[in-house]
Amino acid sequence: MTFVSNLINGISLGSVYAIIALGYTMVYGIAKMLNFAHGDVIMVGAYASYCTMIYLNWHPLLSILFSIVVCTILGVVIEAFAYKPLRRAGSLAVLITAIGVSYLLQNAALLIWGSTPKIFTSVVNIKPLSLFGGKLTITAESIVTVAACVLIMIGLTLFTQKTKMGKAMRAVSEDKDAAELMGVNVNTTISTTFAIGSALAAVAGVLLCSAYPTLVPTTGSMPGIKAFTAAVFGGIGSIPGTMLGGILLGIIEIFSKSYISTSLSDAIVFAVLIIVLLVKPTGILGKKVTEKV
Amino acid sequence: MIKFRSLSKSARTGITSYSIILLAFAILFPLQNLGIINHSISGQLVPICTYIVMALSLNLTVGFLGELSLGHAGFVSVGAFTGVIAASSLQDKVSPDPLRLVIAIIIGGIFAGIVGLLIGIPVLRLRGDYLAIVTLAFGEIIKNIINCLYVGVDNKGLHFSMTDIKSLGMENGRVILNGPQGAVGIEQIASFTAGIILILFTLFVILNLVNSKAGRAVMAIRDNRIAAESVGISITKYKLTAFITSAVLAGMAGALYAMNYSTIAAKKFDFNTSILILVFVVLGGMGNIVGTIISTVILYMLPELLREFSDYRMLIYAIILILVMLVTNNDRIKLIRANASAAIMSWLRKAMSRTKNQPKGKEDAHNG
Repeated sequence: MTFVSNLINGISLGSVYAIIALGYTMVYGIAKMLNFAHGDVIMVGAYASYCTMIYLNWHPLLSILFSIVVCTILGVVIEAFAYKPLRRAGSLAVLITAIGVSYLLQNAALLIWGSTPKIFTSVVNIKPLSLFGGKLTITAESIVTVAACVLIMIGLTLFTQKTKMGKAMRAVSEDKDAAELMGVNVNTTISTTFAIGSALAAVAGVLLCSAYPTLVPTTGSMPGIKAFTAAVFGGIGSIPGTMLGGILLGIIEIFSKSYISTSLSDAIVFAVLIIVLLVKPTGILGKKVTEKV
Repeated sequence: MIKFRSLSKSARTGITSYSIILLAFAILFPLQNLGIINHSISGQLVPICTYIVMALSLNLTVGFLGELSLGHAGFVSVGAFTGVIAASSLQDKVSPDPLRLVIAIIIGGIFAGIVGLLIGIPVLRLRGDYLAIVTLAFGEIIKNIINCLYVGVDNKGLHFSMTDIKSLGMENGRVILNGPQGAVGIEQIASFTAGIILILFTLFVILNLVNSKAGRAVMAIRDNRIAAESVGISITKYKLTAFITSAVLAGMAGALYAMNYSTIAAKKFDFNTSILILVFVVLGGMGNIVGTIISTVILYMLPELLREFSDYRMLIYAIILILVMLVTNNDRIKLIRANASAAIMSWLRKAMSRTKNQPKGKEDAHNG
């Protein structure tokens, strides 16, 4: 039974990684940049939800909606002020700017909320599900997280495949200049991508803190790095690949924590990533890129 | 006398960078010994020296080899802890401090180099962002492993364990590495002089490598990998050469850095440290040695200088970082800057020619 419960915990944690990783993947696919500030947007989302729930006594659902709005605006603003002026600059310049934004968000959060951890109250107040006469308990958070993850994946897939904006996104990620020539507004498309990615970050932040309730200004950075790893692991740029990568990463992390060593679990996660990349250099479901001379 | 401008670019870089370092030493060393500069700055001298070495060595990977590495702190970490273990275990056997420091730095460099080789062989097969993420992963793995490592020394030699201090099985031994607490009871034998010598050594190695056949091969690979391969340059060999050199230098810097503190934990060398070093390199200009030295000093001192803003200093640091990136990389701002500097130059030239054309007597009269 411990195996099953570990598996469920792994899938639940993996679902959070997957939601974060989707934000990374979409931005990477379209703007070709590693958005290191994404992890900190998660943290802002969690704080937004925390504040409305604790200080204003809002209903959890309303607070989630509020945090989605906050993060979406934040994502678009960051893109407009920090990344848009660097559209034609080298990728390293954008990377360093993203790191600057990440420092900015973390330190702003530190000034506003201080370094003492806030204890996040779970947004899901349903009793845990008890199966097999109490041998196996599944927390409501895990069920909600997995369900949210599946819904988001279906929604995103439909969005990118069926809508006009989704088509524009795929076009821009394929070839920015050609898309522009075909009448796609590249700037709007990139802004929309940031908006969606940041909205997902808000959801991920709330779910992450519901499962692991300590909230500090650096809450987002490690999950951010791991989610990015997950995106690369599954094949960055591909939505199903990213989902798969996230969930596998969560399972590997929980299993290595409970069967091998708690303190070495991160090392194991990263070691698996390296092995996968050495065998399949573009990730599990990544497209093979042929090189042109 | 040979004119400075007529020298080759590499010779100019060499002269400029050596003289900056020597000048800094000539000014700061007496000041430090006389106790004129305040304590908080003199305590920063060794860290600044080591950060310069770390940035210069990362510049070799990022600037000259053209591969983004996000795990440079991993090599620093390996060098730091192997160096500390070496110095601590030789405490009774080798008595002069400087000699022990040199041994520790060399051992730190060797071990970081070995790790660099082990990581480099698989990693350098990948390219671009994938290489970046794998170096990040290696940095985290190194941090995690050192976090779980317990090392002690007694009469029988070194003892290693991955579980706790008790399982080291020592009698009357001394604990060197205490798991998550890191290295404890380090003798602080690092000195500013050692830091300056390490920078000079690093400059010597990097300038010689860059201006050698191997260095030209490395830059050819950076500029066009396929073309380089087609003229018979062995990609793996030269990439590994640059990568391992970078790792060795980082390890040496790590050993010196650790010897400056009485305790040091593995979490000091995490992803954020790698990023910090990368920021130094990118702001200094990739492949630009003098720029890297200057940007490291300025950016390292910036939080200190902003101390009067207390809580806001890291916020201001972040804003400055973003603004500098925007100013140096945005096309429109670049154009404005270029126009402005052209206007100033032409104004200066006009002013110069006006003073030249003026008759001497008139100028004297004016002054009188």
